[in-house]
Amino acid sequence: MRRAFILLGLAPILMAQAEPKLVPDISARSIQIRYSFTGAQLLLFGAILYPGGRVPRHPADVIVVLKGPVEPILMREKAKIAGIWMNADSNRFRSAPSFYAVASSAPVRKLVDERTAAIYELGLQDLQLSPGGGALPDKERRFEAGLLDVRKRNGLYAENPHGVEISEGVLYRARISIPSQVPVGTYTAETFLVDKGKVIAAATKEIEIGKSGFERYVALAARRHGFLYGLAAVMLSLGLGWAAALAFRRRF
Amino acid sequence: MDIYLPIAGMSVNALLMVALGGLVGLLSGMFGVGGGFLTTPLLIFYGIPPTVAVASATTQITGASVSGAHAHWQRGGVDFKMSAVLIAGGAVGSLVGAGLFRLLQSSGQIDLVIGFLYVLLLGGIGGLMLKDALVALGWVKLEERTERPRHNRWVASLPLRWRFYASGLYISPLAPLALGFLAGVMTVLLGIGGGFILVPAMIYLFGMAARVVVGTSLVMILAVSAVTTMVHATTTQAVDIVLAGLLLIGGVIGAQYGAALATRLKPDLLRLALAAIILMVALRMLLGLTWRPDEIFTIEYL
Repeated sequence: MRRAFILLGLAPILMAQAEPKLVPDISARSIQIRYSFTGAQLLLFGAILYPGGRVPRHPADVIVVLKGPVEPILMREKAKIAGIWMNADSNRFRSAPSFYAVASSAPVRKLVDERTAAIYELGLQDLQLSPGGGALPDKERRFEAGLLDVRKRNGLYAENPHGVEISEGVLYRARISIPSQVPVGTYTAETFLVDKGKVIAAATKEIEIGKSGFERYVALAARRHGFLYGLAAVMLSLGLGWAAALAFRRRF
Repeated sequence: MDIYLPIAGMSVNALLMVALGGLVGLLSGMFGVGGGFLTTPLLIFYGIPPTVAVASATTQITGASVSGAHAHWQRGGVDFKMSAVLIAGGAVGSLVGAGLFRLLQSSGQIDLVIGFLYVLLLGGIGGLMLKDALVALGWVKLEERTERPRHNRWVASLPLRWRFYASGLYISPLAPLALGFLAGVMTVLLGIGGGFILVPAMIYLFGMAARVVVGTSLVMILAVSAVTTMVHATTTQAVDIVLAGLLLIGGVIGAQYGAALATRLKPDLLRLALAAIILMVALRMLLGLTWRPDEIFTIEYL
């Protein structure tokens, strides 16, 4: 990877005139959350089509980003007040992605400059979280760091600077693991082809992550028919309690 | 064996949840308490979102109290008039509690209030029980034992008296109504059945006949936890039926073994053990409030 980087800097400008093309694909178009769901592994793979089929001496690098639906959140920060830890400060983020994983064939910072990274949101530091108005910059930074830290430890945010493998300069693949507590929704998988600090090709695919079967039914019932759902829960507990009482009456 | 919880939105070890339910059921069968005061904190330590933990533990309490309530009912150990008054108070309390819950949630201090109430309640009641058990076992001698009056003066001064024949009481219904209300609020806020508040209050404050205390409190817990499940299902929508089912499977079986075990152990030793468990939970909660928490930041979805 380091060699690729050095080559990138030294290479003479011998690129073909036409831009290369990306043909991306994902191992699954949709992920179904069922009772046995403990997380999933997604394989993002594809081919880089260079004009004329000739692979240049310094193949381009690839960055893949998997992003979950954006949601507004409120973060609270605990502080020790009178010897007790309680929520003291809070900050809003209007557009925090619920899931974000980036993998690249070399560290993103070495592939593109800060501006490009910020435009394409190519890294945890470059997420556009849109913090809600009026907070001091260092408070904002503190909350941002906190958010990244919490989500990273939960496996919801991930960064893998060497997660993309490129074979023969034309086939790339990246593995991204999704933990069991991912939120449902439409995810986008973006693939960027980067050469000499510039994004020269990009492609987007969508993945639907949803609860299916019984899990979907339960989640829907809880949301739409709260009363009946509650009644079912009470019946279940009464029934099980009663059944156990009956089953054990003879034993003791 | 991992299983996905549709409401909590995460996967948990199913066997561990059944075992947790079983352990709590065992304790609840042994001591005649709902066991919610153990389930909720343990679920939260495991990583279940607090709201889901509170709501689902409530559902489990209903199941755990069914067989006990049924057994006491058949033995004639339930004062239905008293239960009805307690339940009326409890139903109102759980609705008020739901409002309070939402208010505290939006102000961001719900965790603090839950933690505080747990420490106060469990610490206080655990301490009282410990003292009682130690005195009863003869390990600690009190210098002077003042005879406590059978009826609390404050309770006796309330107007409008009713006769509760099964309890052997002639008191104002306002007192049990207030007690029920308090237990209802607790059930919603803390996910506890309130048995360990109801039983001492009925004995020490009302001077109720001991024969009907446990049965009456179980009927009350059964009804109020069922109402609270409904309140949670319609307001917070945080009842995870899969989680509740797993806890119940362990819980109802554990409760049966616990009840059988209770008849073979010395009651004072049982009380001592329960006091120790309650104090341990209170201590853990207190540490949680005063020690630097693992997570400084919490995320709330808008």
